[in-house]
This record gives sequence, C-alpha cells and structure tokens, in this order.
Amino acid sequence: MIVVKNLKKSFGEVKAVNGVSFEARDGEITGLLGPNGAGKTTTLRMLYSLLPPDEGEIRIDGLDPANDAMEIKRTLGVVPDSRGLYTRLTARENIAYFGELHGMNRQAIEGRIVELTRTLNMEEFIDRRTEGFSQGQRVKVAIARAMIHEPQTVLMDEPSNGLDVMSTRALREYVLGLKVDGHSIVLSTHIMQEVAALCDRIVIIAKGEVAADGSAEELLARSGCDSLEDAFVQLIGSEEGLLA
Amino acid sequence: MNGLTTVFRKEVRENLRDRRALFNSLLLGPLLFPVLFVGLMWFLDSAEQERAEKTLELPVVGAQFAPSLIRFLEQQGAVIQPDPENPEDMVRNQEVPVVIRILPEFAENWEQGIPAPIEVISDISRQESNVPIRRVKRLLLGYGQQIGSLRLQLRGVAPQLASPIMLKDVDLSTPKSRAILAIIFLPYVLMITAFTGATHLAMDTTAGEKERKSLEPLLINPVPRWQIMTGKMLTTTVFAMASLTLTLVAFRIVLPLMPVGAFGMDLTLDHATLMKILVVISPVAILAAALLTLLASFAKSYREAQSYMGLVILIPMIPSLIFMANPVKAESWMMNVPLFSQNMLIGEIIRDQPVPLAWYTMSIASTLVIGLALAIIAASIYNRPKLIFSSG
Repeated sequence: MIVVKNLKKSFGEVKAVNGVSFEARDGEITGLLGPNGAGKTTTLRMLYSLLPPDEGEIRIDGLDPANDAMEIKRTLGVVPDSRGLYTRLTARENIAYFGELHGMNRQAIEGRIVELTRTLNMEEFIDRRTEGFSQGQRVKVAIARAMIHEPQTVLMDEPSNGLDVMSTRALREYVLGLKVDGHSIVLSTHIMQEVAALCDRIVIIAKGEVAADGSAEELLARSGCDSLEDAFVQLIGSEEGLLA
Repeated sequence: MNGLTTVFRKEVRENLRDRRALFNSLLLGPLLFPVLFVGLMWFLDSAEQERAEKTLELPVVGAQFAPSLIRFLEQQGAVIQPDPENPEDMVRNQEVPVVIRILPEFAENWEQGIPAPIEVISDISRQESNVPIRRVKRLLLGYGQQIGSLRLQLRGVAPQLASPIMLKDVDLSTPKSRAILAIIFLPYVLMITAFTGATHLAMDTTAGEKERKSLEPLLINPVPRWQIMTGKMLTTTVFAMASLTLTLVAFRIVLPLMPVGAFGMDLTLDHATLMKILVVISPVAILAAALLTLLASFAKSYREAQSYMGLVILIPMIPSLIFMANPVKAESWMMNVPLFSQNMLIGEIIRDQPVPLAWYTMSIASTLVIGLALAIIAASIYNRPKLIFSSG
C-alpha cells in the first residue's frame, strides 16, 4: 500500500514533479500514465528513495522513505528505467548478487531463482553470461533480480519498453499473477494498451501534476469519450508526447 | 558489513573475468617494467663495452709537429688518420667523435719545455662520444706524465717530488649498497605500478557501472552506499596490491640476470627485503585506490574517466623524479610525506641500511591517514543524488 501526498521535486528551475498525490492499494495494479517527461520516473525514484522529495509525503506500508529508507528498500521490488546487467556475470549470478545484497542466504536465493526461472521462462539462458542478451531476456533478468526477495510492493518504470509482442504478453501475465498474489504494483507507462490491459487504477500525470485519477471506466465517464486514448488526450489537454 | 563483502566478492569475480582488468593490473606492470629494465641494461652494457673495446680511429691535424707523440698513440692501439680536410665539420657531421689538432708552436714549445698545446675537438653534448673522448684524453695525459717524469729524471730530480699528494680511495659501499645505483628507479616503478594497477578497476567499478546503467539498480538495494563504495575500493586496492606483488616477484626473478656482476653489485632481492618493500608500499595501494575511485566517481563514462587518469599518473612520478634529480639524505620529517617517504625507505631497504622503526610507522601512518581520508570522501560522495544521475 502506497500513499503519496502532494509530492514535489525540482531540478534547478525545472519543476519535474509538482504536487502529485495518489494511492496504490494491495492486490491492485496502479498505472502512472503520461507523456514522456511528465515526471513519472522522478516520482518513482522518490518512491524507491533514490531521490529525496522537496515537499510532500510518501508512505509505503506506513513507512516514510525519509526516515526508514533501508526498511522500505527491503520491502520494495524495483525495475528501474536503467536495467544494466553485469555482462561478465551469468543471469543467475546477476540475480543472486541482488539476493545477497538483500541479506538472503544461499539456499533461499537458489530456491527463489528456481521459482523465478520457471515463472519468467528463463531456463534457456539462466546460466549464460548476459553479454549479448536480447531486450526481452534482459528485462526478465531485471525483473527476477528485483523480485528475488519477494517484495510486497513492486515498482516498474516502463517495463515493456523495447519488448516484442511475445515478451510483452509474458510480462503482463507475470504482473497479473503478482496482483492475484496480493502485491501492490505501480507501473509507469506511456502505452495506452498496457494500461487498458493491466491497470485497475490509472493516474494520469502531465507536466508534473496529476491530471486525472480513477479506474478506466471512471476516466471514460469523466471525459465523455469512447476510447481511453481520446480520454487521455482530453484529460491532459494536448496530444503532446503521446506518439513518442 | 555484509553488503560490503558481497560487493567486494562480486567485483573480484567480475573483474577476474575481464581481460582488460587482468591485462592492465596483473600483466602489463609486472611484465613490462622488469623486461624493459633488464633489456635496457643489457643494451647499455653491450653498447658501452663495444665503444670501450673498439679500435680508436683518430684523425690528427698537424701530426708532423709531434712525431714521437704519434708513435706513442699508435703503440697504444690508436689508428691515426693524418691531415683531415676540415676537422670541425667532421665532428659536427658526426663522421668521427673526436679529432685532435697539434698546433704549429707545439714543436717549439716542446723543445723549450713550455706546455705544448693540443686541441681536442669534440661535441660533448653527444653522449655516444663520451667514451672515445675519455680514451683520447687519457692517452694524451698519460703521454704527458711519462715525458714529465723523464724530464725530471734527466735533471736528477725524483719524479715523486712533482706528486706531493697521493689519493687513496677507501670505498665503504658494499655490493648491496652499490646496487642502489642500478635500481634507483625501483621505487619509481613501484609507485607507478600501484597507480596503474588500480586505474582500470577504479574506473570500471564507478564510471563503468554508471555507463552500463547498472548503478541505479544497485543503489536500490538495502545496503548503505558507503558500503558499496568501500567494497569497490577494496577490490581496487587488492588488484593494485596484486600488481605490486607480481612486479616485485618479477624483479626478483629477473634482477640476477642483469649484467652488473662486473660492477661489483649485489642485486638479489631476498624474501625479507621483498616483504619489507611490500609492507612499505602497501599504503600507497590504498592511497591510489581511494584517489582514483574518487576521481572516477565524477566521470560519466569510462572514457571520460580515462581522460583524467593521464594526469593522475603524473602524481606518483613527481617525488621520484625530484629524488632522482636531487638525491637528499633521508630525514625524519620526510617520512610524513606520502610517496616521498616510500621512495626514501625503499632506497634504504635496497641499500640494506638499518632504518628506524619509527620511520616505517610514520610513513605507513601518514599515507594511510591521507588514503583513508580520500576513501571516506569517495565513500560518501555517492550520497549525492546528482552524481548518480550525471549520466542523464
């Protein structure tokens, strides 16, 4: 469960995030939808306490990143915008490294990797060095290392970026599975279909502010449009960034 | 501290698989310097010998003014080339290293017992001429002394009267201490090795990690950033140490092969000496690792980091160069100056001189203090979000 109230962050003159508030409940997928540069990544970075907010309040399962950064990091699984893997290590070693950094013992790590390899279909490449991996393979490893410690809250920044159709499908199934298991999931995206297919709740962000917030039906009703895409354009008030 | 050891173990494993790291840290320094050095010594030695043993070809202007001198020179093995056209040009054009000119007044002065002039024409800025010039001068002076003694004897004077002083060299240097003459460069090489051994690792673990976009995911883990940075610096230190150890071992193997026996030098590095040098130089590895990691942390990419490193490599050279250009006696206060103190101490160790224990502690402590201060700055620098996102 994430509660965000009036979050603000500026970089010099640029107000990247300017008063964002929303809630992300357990057992639900919350989508941060917005054009490129709307402030989605900055919002997420504040959630996983990489950046301190200038103003506002964040509570993740009741914890405040300002005071309990380490505690929060233990309960978070994050697939950030940058998904660099260590190319001289195998996929398994990449994943195990993060398990060790979470303080897990070897046995627990091995057990989890077996599970994750099955759910994410990684049997084929789990023991290969990640040099030359395809986008899809890389995202799978990035997800696996983020999920190694079975986090309750999952944050994903544009997870389907650069994935082909099959990989995207697999990713969606995996995220839906997490939802069924009762995790709280926040993902950012600028892809309409992804939101329609996955999200229980949509937070539309534009120019650092929340333009609208609700389920797909609610947004359609509020905008008076037939399609989510039209609703999106109407709610953020421009087509800017949509086609990017 | 678990995070620290995890980072350390992973970096070691990853870099042991990196050919570039292995080459830079474990192969380049340890092989390059010893081989370069021994090769150079062989070359110098054989070139020197060749010049010393070569027949001396000596163009002489005005040979007719001093026939007995010419005879003497020929007896000593010189090949006289009479009446060269333009002796100055011959030297300038490097056709010959040295020409002598016997002036017309030579014969007259000789008769009257006035010092008779001979010009030795050469260009002393040409190092390769040194040996022939020395040989020519030695021959001429030898001839002069011989004639001088004869003149005194003819007048019934004992020639010793003209040599009121007799110099005797009492040389207290030992074969070990003379070795310093040959390996004065060793501290210099070790100092550079500590830095080159650390360079690749320092850049790869910081700027490289940023460039590969794996830094952000890494920092999301519940490990304090100082532990992550310290783990990385520890890896860099270990590689620098390995580089130093291998270099020393390589020198130990290679030094006995050097052509220095003739100069009465003892160039063997025994185990105890090796260990002492290693203890003295170790803090430099920490200093280098911390300094290079700190600098590389500011770079956005491996390439950018590389451009800083070219300048940094000058740092360990400075004290060594000062010391080589202006050798000074080791004194206590110098032990507080990192890099300089190691230069001094290693010199003393090779010379097999007793070194006060306090000097060791001062040198190690002062270097460690600065190294650790840099390490603390480097470890805390990743607390600044700006540095993480400087890759865009």
